[in-house]
Amino acid sequence: MSLTSLLAFTEAPAEIVTSPVDDLVFLIPLFPLLGFVALLIGGRKLGEPMAGWLATAACGGAFAMTLVVFAELVSRDYTQRSINQTLFEWVPAGEFSVDIGFLADPLSIAMALFITGVGTLIHLYSIGYMHGDVNFSKFFLYLNLFVAAMLLLILGDNLLLTFLGWEGVGACSYFLISFWFTKDANATAGKKAFVTNRIGDWGFMVGIFATFFTFGTINYVDLTDGAMEGVAQSTITAISVLFFIGAIGKSAQLPLYVWLPDAMAGPTPVSALIHAATMVTSGVYLMTRLNPFLAASADWVPSMIAWVGVGTALFAATIAVAQNDIKKVLAYSTVSQLGYMFLAVGVGAYTGAIFHMITHAFFKALLFLGSGSVIHGMHDEQDMRKMGGLKKFMPITAATFIVGWLAIAGVPPFSGFWSKDEILVFAWNENPGLYVVGLITALLTAFYMSRQVFMTFFGEPRFAHSGSEAAHGVEGHGEAGEMAEVGAGGAAGELAESSAGGAGTALATTSAAVATMDADPGDGDHADHHGDDHAHAGDPHESPWTMFVPLIVLSIAAIVAGGLNLPFTKDLHFLEHWLEPVIHENEAKLGFKGGTKWVLALIAIAAGAIGMMAAAAVYLKGRVDPAKIELPVLAKGWGLDAAFSSFMGGPGRWLFAFLAWFDANVIDGIVNGTAALTSGGGSLLRRFQTGYLRNYAFGLSIGAIATVAYFISRTAL
Amino acid sequence: MEITANWYLILSAVLFSIGVVGLLIRRNPLVMFMCVELMLNAVNLSFVTFSNALNDVGGQVAVFFVLVVAAAEVVVGLAVIVAIMRRRPTATADDLSVLAG
Amino acid sequence: MVDIIVFVVSAAIILTGAIGVIAARNPVHSALMLVMTLFGVAVQFVAQEAHFLAAVQVIVYAGAIVILFLFVIMLLGVDKAEELDVGRLTAQRPMAFLAGAGVLASVLVSLLAGDESITGAREVGRAIIGGEDEADFRQIGRLLFTDYVLAFELTAILLTIAVVGAVMLARRVRGEAVDADTYLPEQARRRRIRETPVLLRTPVVETSDDMAEANSGGGE
Repeated sequence: MSLTSLLAFTEAPAEIVTSPVDDLVFLIPLFPLLGFVALLIGGRKLGEPMAGWLATAACGGAFAMTLVVFAELVSRDYTQRSINQTLFEWVPAGEFSVDIGFLADPLSIAMALFITGVGTLIHLYSIGYMHGDVNFSKFFLYLNLFVAAMLLLILGDNLLLTFLGWEGVGACSYFLISFWFTKDANATAGKKAFVTNRIGDWGFMVGIFATFFTFGTINYVDLTDGAMEGVAQSTITAISVLFFIGAIGKSAQLPLYVWLPDAMAGPTPVSALIHAATMVTSGVYLMTRLNPFLAASADWVPSMIAWVGVGTALFAATIAVAQNDIKKVLAYSTVSQLGYMFLAVGVGAYTGAIFHMITHAFFKALLFLGSGSVIHGMHDEQDMRKMGGLKKFMPITAATFIVGWLAIAGVPPFSGFWSKDEILVFAWNENPGLYVVGLITALLTAFYMSRQVFMTFFGEPRFAHSGSEAAHGVEGHGEAGEMAEVGAGGAAGELAESSAGGAGTALATTSAAVATMDADPGDGDHADHHGDDHAHAGDPHESPWTMFVPLIVLSIAAIVAGGLNLPFTKDLHFLEHWLEPVIHENEAKLGFKGGTKWVLALIAIAAGAIGMMAAAAVYLKGRVDPAKIELPVLAKGWGLDAAFSSFMGGPGRWLFAFLAWFDANVIDGIVNGTAALTSGGGSLLRRFQTGYLRNYAFGLSIGAIATVAYFISRTAL
Repeated sequence: MEITANWYLILSAVLFSIGVVGLLIRRNPLVMFMCVELMLNAVNLSFVTFSNALNDVGGQVAVFFVLVVAAAEVVVGLAVIVAIMRRRPTATADDLSVLAG
Repeated sequence: MVDIIVFVVSAAIILTGAIGVIAARNPVHSALMLVMTLFGVAVQFVAQEAHFLAAVQVIVYAGAIVILFLFVIMLLGVDKAEELDVGRLTAQRPMAFLAGAGVLASVLVSLLAGDESITGAREVGRAIIGGEDEADFRQIGRLLFTDYVLAFELTAILLTIAVVGAVMLARRVRGEAVDADTYLPEQARRRRIRETPVLLRTPVVETSDDMAEANSGGGE
């Protein structure tokens, strides 16, 4: 039924395919939800590391389930690639009826695949990263809940269910940003993220109301291009703008991006999963899902989206140039890359948006996890000015991080190049102005990412490390030796971290002594074996295998993900074909020949190369003073954040004070007055209820007399 | 002198008023019940009177129904009184005022 | 002339009975006075050609309902004199007479209003046909099973429900729940009532003596 309406644009209404998999879609979000419930009940009992393994298994189960559904969709005919499973009616209210239903179509399954896939890897990584944390199981509880909410957002077959997931991921984001809530700054960052997101949520909510009011339904399968016919364009425009406001909030676009850099206060796996790979892309998902709205709204709406996107991309890239915190750079980079995705949505390159979303999920998760590994290895040091030369100490981290760097900088054949290039090509197709801004951003991206890599992994070590580098002998270890290194080093570093994390005075030697004694039983002999090497645990060290295995897997993905949608021939547009049933006619068509495409690609490569060379000149060769580039105004994010605060602290505060007064006196006055009236009236009336039967009988007779008297008076007059 | 319908109706009114007064002044629930029966009889009497005066048998049918409902009411009412009296053998209507607001 | 005599005598019986009902101190006397009134009303039914209802009046009211009253009085042992004082509601008696007067006045005014119908009621034209073949019960029966058949069936259900309800209400439940908060063992012992719970709020202390006395007088 709904399937046919979804596929109404196809020529021959093919018969509906059914399979046992149809009834299994709900299992995808169910697995992490069960993991969440299990951890809620028995998380503390399970403890470390079982709680982490359970959560990882739950997420892995979701990934496996997604693969099953994906295989089913692949096996089907092109027009039949949609499964709509309805579990039960959730909100029956007159004409308004919302089901708990799941829609597994190419778009949602493509997203679910990388969410569960990257999610599983990040879960695995977190087992190592969160080692020794007091709230170890709570962290995984939140992670599972997040994955469940995110899958609900993606797979929900109506706007309200998506909104439920939307709020769910927002709540998890809040929990996880302020995971180490004892530090005031972390708690504040969480609140900031939450409040800023509320602004976007307002737009989303009102958008849902308006959609129902206009179309009488909020089901995606009913909101097709056909449904848009006969509805005033201004209405659809308004709805599109409302949803765009929602997307801006969640996906950290101008001007609501301010929460994302602060969200880096959370543990690094959270930054990787929520604030880079998945949650922040849900705005792009929403826009893609609602492509019929954008197609039917006024022309200025897509243009606005494109300009906001590309503006954000440039804006954030300039800020990223001047950041010294390793995670802040990546945070602004994320904002910038999300801007690219919005640019793609705005110019109608939905495939490009999803393509970049996927590749970005891989390489940005990789970069974040790599930075987490660095922070881990550096004992909670995040300032890049105190790093340098780390590739000797952390070879695997360095190698994988470099892969991520090449991917984001747009070096072929790494994945980031292909997706970014596709977006830029479509931007040129739409408006050369968009293209130029996008290109400058690409140059800046290459620059600041190269700067980060050079500052962190190359050059001379700028941290106080004891002993000569030769004593480490990390390089050239055999495989077994490396593993041992990792086992012991990981344990030592983590203990140092946990014992000194808050105080910030890592007494390396004492921690190391403890670490050698307390190393895991399994790693015991390794630890003994390498005891000498780790007498000085203040040095950076490579991370345990649970941390670097995800790095390796992600770096492979970051290399090859470009293969999803290679531009060479039509046959290689796998992703475009895959997404066609969802986006169909709303995808923009290129208005020029292949030759232009290649020229544009070469320009993009050149821009990336210029950016990288410039960075090398500044940060490797030292030809230019970095202070000339890292302007204070950039470091402060163009002062936008401060402007918000001063506005809210100044004129805004008066408004809030007035609203608070209004609420306390007028609104509460009405409510309390009603209550007082009711209770006062009640205590007055209760005097009539004497409980004496004869009093009631008397009342009855008075009533009878009055009734007769009324009739008499009516006749007499 | 002839007996007109008004005679019966006045008698019925007086009988009804006596029932009202009885209901209001007596405290024994059983007697109060009897007063209700008095009032019902007064109404029945006026029904029959009107039936006769207006030459319509419908009034008599109404009386029939009043009788049936009165019987049902007495059965239930007396059962309630029995249930109360079993717990409090000396209770008057005034003692049963627990529903006071 | 005969009908005047019949009317006056029966009216006297009715009013005497009615006043007796509300004035007698003993409930048994009240019940017997009620029988007197019912008989008087039955006589007036006959006088107005309602033979069937007269018979029913005697059979159902006098024969069944009043007997039921007497049964209950005897069963509960409350056939003792009730003090006719004003009780707790001091203003009740004057107000009662006032209400009675009000009811009487309003009904009388509406009766004496003359030709104008107070309630707007009109005859509906089911004429009573005289003669042997068309006796009143025949006509009532015809109406009951035609126009009023639904109401008639409903009364059947009503009676059934009433019987079931009465049985449920009146039956003695083994180990009947006692509200511990309101159960006053002191008073119960004084009244020599064993295992008879005191219902909820008991009378104020000043009347408990009277009740104990009345109760012992009543005989259990």
